[in-house]
Amino acid sequence: MDLTLDEVKARNAEVISEALSVYPEKTAKKRAKHLNVYEGDKPDCGVKSNIKSVPGVMTIRGCAYAGSKGVVWGPIKDMVHISHGPVGCGQYSWAARRNYYIGVTGVDTFVTMQFTSDFQEKDIVFGGDKKLDKIVDEIQRLFPLNHGITIQSECPIGLIGDDIEAVAKKKSKEYDGKTIVPVRCEGFRGVSQSLGHHIANDAVRDWVFEKGSDKAPLFESTPYDVAIIGDYNIGGDAWSSRILLEEMGLRVIAQWSGDGSLAELENTPKAKLNILHCYRSMNYISRYMEEKFGIPWVEYNFFGPSKVAESLRAIASHFDDRIKEGAERVIAKYKPLMDAVIAKYRPRLEGKKVMLYVGGLRPRHVIGAYEDLGMEVIGTGYEFGHNDDYQRTTHYVKDGTLIYDDVTGYEFERFVDRLQPDLVGSGIKEKYVFQKMGVPFRQMHSWDYSGPYHGYDGFAIFARDMDMAINNPVWGLTKAPWNAGQ
Amino acid sequence: MTGLRQIAFYGKGGIGKSTTSQNTLAALAEMGQKILIVGCDPKADSTRLILHAKAQDTILSLAASAGSVEDLELEDVMKMGYRDIRCVESGGPEPGVGCAGRGVITSINFLEEEGAYDGADYVSYDVLGDVVCGGFAMPIRENKAQEIYIVMSGEMMAMYAANNISKGILKYANSGGVRLGGLVCNERQTDKEYELAESLAKKLNSQLIHFVPRDNVVQHAELRRMTVLEYAPDSKQADEYRTLARKIHENVGKGTIPTPITMDELEDLLMEHGIMKQVDESIVGKTAAECAVA
Repeated sequence: MDLTLDEVKARNAEVISEALSVYPEKTAKKRAKHLNVYEGDKPDCGVKSNIKSVPGVMTIRGCAYAGSKGVVWGPIKDMVHISHGPVGCGQYSWAARRNYYIGVTGVDTFVTMQFTSDFQEKDIVFGGDKKLDKIVDEIQRLFPLNHGITIQSECPIGLIGDDIEAVAKKKSKEYDGKTIVPVRCEGFRGVSQSLGHHIANDAVRDWVFEKGSDKAPLFESTPYDVAIIGDYNIGGDAWSSRILLEEMGLRVIAQWSGDGSLAELENTPKAKLNILHCYRSMNYISRYMEEKFGIPWVEYNFFGPSKVAESLRAIASHFDDRIKEGAERVIAKYKPLMDAVIAKYRPRLEGKKVMLYVGGLRPRHVIGAYEDLGMEVIGTGYEFGHNDDYQRTTHYVKDGTLIYDDVTGYEFERFVDRLQPDLVGSGIKEKYVFQKMGVPFRQMHSWDYSGPYHGYDGFAIFARDMDMAINNPVWGLTKAPWNAGQ
Repeated sequence: MTGLRQIAFYGKGGIGKSTTSQNTLAALAEMGQKILIVGCDPKADSTRLILHAKAQDTILSLAASAGSVEDLELEDVMKMGYRDIRCVESGGPEPGVGCAGRGVITSINFLEEEGAYDGADYVSYDVLGDVVCGGFAMPIRENKAQEIYIVMSGEMMAMYAANNISKGILKYANSGGVRLGGLVCNERQTDKEYELAESLAKKLNSQLIHFVPRDNVVQHAELRRMTVLEYAPDSKQADEYRTLARKIHENVGKGTIPTPITMDELEDLLMEHGIMKQVDESIVGKTAAECAVA
């Protein structure tokens, strides 16, 4: 039974008012601004965003420390990232977000290790600067091949006013100008992890670009140098992207920050073009490099063959014919593979409905990949998006799509229950709730231990994973005991 | 024993809190009361007159060198002074680092857990300047001090601080039962000091429990790191502290919930007593040169 567009819009509006009806008046008023049914001709999604979550609801958001340590800085593989403060923040973010990297862990790469200053009561009372000083010495002694250190502040550092900048400067001097980056990403700052991304971007600007501007004198430029910005190489995403860029004739001089290194950050001001995947977390530094070094930047989308082709052409348009021809060559080369993937999976997935709730770029970027498989995204929302994300989302979503910003646990359950999608794509905290409701689910933060999903190779895996989730025979075997008689 | 009496001395920095409290507590000890002093100031100077010591090893410095506060024993931190007054100092970080407020919380929790208050008639907390954060409000929170004595003088800023401290007491008065025991005016020989102190006390719904006159013998005693009670027990000043001690002793259960006033009301109070003239609004923000022209 397919609803008409007007019926869909009416149903979605009704679902929103149902969800709001259980809240106290003040909460309902606040949450109403974050929920909407998209009107196809509008320039944004009609929701407020980047506002403090309402106390008492279950929000899915993270904190500024998560944005800096977990997202932006954590994947830089040859630097040691200290979780500065009590042990928990580092402990529970240990092993990162499956940001794959090449290197020998514990020798020259450190991504999946946990370094913490493990604050005790006395460090709070007397301050932790001396301890931090000593930790830097220990890191130098135990891990001499590290290329730099970042200090990721947890909440108490900001409360007791430790001067981590002074420690960073002092230790840098002691170790021949070593890059030591203090990051003021205390978790209580801002409304979500989004501010942490911004703070981390600013730290790159102030402590890598400004301080280390003379560090790349030996770099030899080519006219085809690009930097991948905002790809965290989850499950190998940046690798399956990079090969396409290289095949079309570009030289990738840096990956920010998945499988990235300090030297790559330092070399990026030599790029001819910055290509930006996760706009939300790294637009700040891209804009800075544009202003300061005159490097243009272009957003791209490597989910699904339609968007990959579109993006390869957009990237190539910044270069000469050689690269433009290269892009066409790459698109043509992978077309048979993509046709085969679509021929196999599209008949199994055609018409299936998806609801998404993720962070960064994915609430819009993955829509094209689903559409390549004949699927339809009927609801989407951002954990920590801003208004510019919701503007960009209008290029992807259809008229009548249900939009939910900073959705609460209650609202999300309610929406899924009423819309009955064939698949939900969200995070680990949501996964089991929906699976228990009998709704197929894919964890779309770290690809449910799969991936890569970027590029042509990634699409083949993406298609297989979605098929596995939706057409898994297990869903036919579940029967609620109270429905046993039917 | 009628139960443990817990009191605290607050007041503007430099007003003479530590001196007044140690002399008063020495007088209480003379009356046969068993006293424990808990210094809650990172400067750690709340017990020097009792111990004849420059500075006592503090709970927090000992904890820092031992590893953590759990590694300490009560004997490590407690010293016996004049008339067996027991003394501990919380201590804290050097100025400009760390969190002194958290230090106070840590120390008081340690003392309670270790049974430091067992057998005492009085526990007295001596707290620094102002209630700047939750940590320094620890002694006025639930199940700590029952009465607060604010040491003040006739100076504007001391009265301002007294009013602020009253706000802190009011905040916890309903949840924890802390009361304002009264104001102790430590004479600075400002104009109409006694009258001012008394009317501020009234405004705050409290009492001026004692007016301690200025006497150089206090300084003579201080130079010898002694209380007046010990240095010159027959002096008139020693009797003043005895009187204050007796009044505090008899003040049990008579504390009140303070009614802090606004800055404007405080200024009105000064004007009432002719200390401050009505502010001529036309001169506010004008330099001397500008005034001369006009």
